[in-house]
Amino acid sequence: MNTEKKASEGQMIEFIDVHKWFGEFHVLQGINLSVDKQERIVICGPSGSGKSTLIRCINRLEEHQRGRIVVDGIELINNTKNIEKIRAEVGMVFQHFNLFPHLTIVENLALGPIWVRKVPKKEAEEAAMYYLDKVHIPEQARKYPGQLSGGQQQRVAIARSLCMNPKVMLFDEPTSALDPEMIKEVLDVMIELAQEGMTMIVVTHEMGFARSVAHRVLFMDFGKIVEGNTPEEFFKNPQHERTRLFLSQILH
Amino acid sequence: MEQAVQVKELRPPITHIGVIGWVKNNLFNGVFNSILTIVTLFLLWKVVPPFFRWALIDSAWHTTGQACRQAAGACWSIISMNYRFILFGFYPYEEQWRPLLAMLILFGLLFYSRDRSHWKKPLAYAWIIGLFTMGLLMKGGIFGLSSVESTQWGGLPLTLLLAVFGLTAAYPLGVILALGRRSQMHGVKALCILYIELIRGVPLISLLFMSSIIFPLFLPEGVTFNKILRAQVAIILFTSAYIAEVVRGGLQGMSRGQYEAAESIGLNYYLTMRLVILPQALKIVIPPTVSQLISAFKDTSLVVIIALFDLLKTTQSVLSNPEWMGFSREAYVFVAILYFLGCFSMSNYSRKLEKELSRGD
Repeated sequence: MNTEKKASEGQMIEFIDVHKWFGEFHVLQGINLSVDKQERIVICGPSGSGKSTLIRCINRLEEHQRGRIVVDGIELINNTKNIEKIRAEVGMVFQHFNLFPHLTIVENLALGPIWVRKVPKKEAEEAAMYYLDKVHIPEQARKYPGQLSGGQQQRVAIARSLCMNPKVMLFDEPTSALDPEMIKEVLDVMIELAQEGMTMIVVTHEMGFARSVAHRVLFMDFGKIVEGNTPEEFFKNPQHERTRLFLSQILH
Repeated sequence: MEQAVQVKELRPPITHIGVIGWVKNNLFNGVFNSILTIVTLFLLWKVVPPFFRWALIDSAWHTTGQACRQAAGACWSIISMNYRFILFGFYPYEEQWRPLLAMLILFGLLFYSRDRSHWKKPLAYAWIIGLFTMGLLMKGGIFGLSSVESTQWGGLPLTLLLAVFGLTAAYPLGVILALGRRSQMHGVKALCILYIELIRGVPLISLLFMSSIIFPLFLPEGVTFNKILRAQVAIILFTSAYIAEVVRGGLQGMSRGQYEAAESIGLNYYLTMRLVILPQALKIVIPPTVSQLISAFKDTSLVVIIALFDLLKTTQSVLSNPEWMGFSREAYVFVAILYFLGCFSMSNYSRKLEKELSRGD
């Protein structure tokens, strides 16, 4: 799939010399990155390298302290309205699902559309059912998150983001908290999403997924993007010593 | 070939099931527990029958105080002969149907509100109309009802007034204070901390004194506030500080991920709190919240120190009447029963609510 030429319709996300510190710790050290519309990017790297922080900056779950981030033509600045607007356009899937345990599955999905997009309740629930169908668990609609398996919960989380009709989807280690037998069902949903042309940025160590889906694979270490390349080149011919070391560790 | 014989199903030995099994497992499982059981049974035997004799058999139910002194048992006459003063205080005798009706409306509304499926708009209107009617009944002055000054209000209606308004106003205020204390805005946060710590740092009695004695000194001449209202405000301010700390505990129990998930679908602060965080956090803290509310309900009896005649004070007034002096046991048992009914129904209701809300777990 990754051989197909991506349809470049312009830029979706742009990072220009972005820096971030956690106290004294310099997590992001001058990130420059441009993501096109419909482009799919996989980010990998050792833990603590700043990859999660990087994508969390895109919807302002983390605040960058220097440089600029532009999402779909809107620059991320300290303006609540501005941030809420961007968040409504950017879907995010978390490592620990973070479903709302006090709401049923369909309520989880319809919450954003009803309150942020002001969609009538009935319509929002119909849309919710449509997306539950897409992630293959329409029969769980009336249950509570605690009654579902991890893989099912993560698929619900993906559907919850999709309900907002996002322009870009961020995945923060979506399969790391799952039991091995459930990883595939989540990755399958993500692959289907990719086939529909969703712009995706995925932090993951699932290299099989990266190979088959990504247009570009980035390797991060010590707060910098060390290298980025097409999957074939990235895996066949890594340029940096650190990338080679990392790949040898996770690919065995 | 041997025929399989239907064997009568074996049951566990008689010493392990049924009443005998239960007694053996729970009362006599060891030397220490056996001694404890025997001592307890002996004490119960010593205490319970004489109590019933005193309370029910040898007791006087509807006599004069003089006759009561002849009786060997309890003098319930102190209640039956004085119940109207105990319940309604100095409210004009002929008009006491008005506070009674007001209380019945209140109980009716409370009872109807028990069921969460009734929590819809009409119920809110019913409460507004109900509260308005109750106020009208108590105060009078129109529709041919004679005017009764609030200085004459007393007894159970006063206790209920202070408790119901105190608790329903303190709870939302406490939630707001808890949110304020966790706010990113430093000014708001500092104010909330200051408020909570100041209020928690003084006893309710001192707040009541301040409201009744010091506060009027700061008012311009001629301006006065109703005394009951001032006590009411003091109770609300006091209770809300404690509720705030309980709710803050619940908020701290929420994971960062819940906030992030709510924010990532574009919910603003207000919606995140209202739809995602508070429903979960408030549910977690139902037990300590109810403890706090129960204790606030009982604390309303402290208004005696600023000379408001609540239920406890009207009871004490009866005791200071020479005819009924010395029957404090009976009087206090009666008041205790009323308070217990109030507290127990609160705790009962909270358990029901908890059960209903725990479906998602």
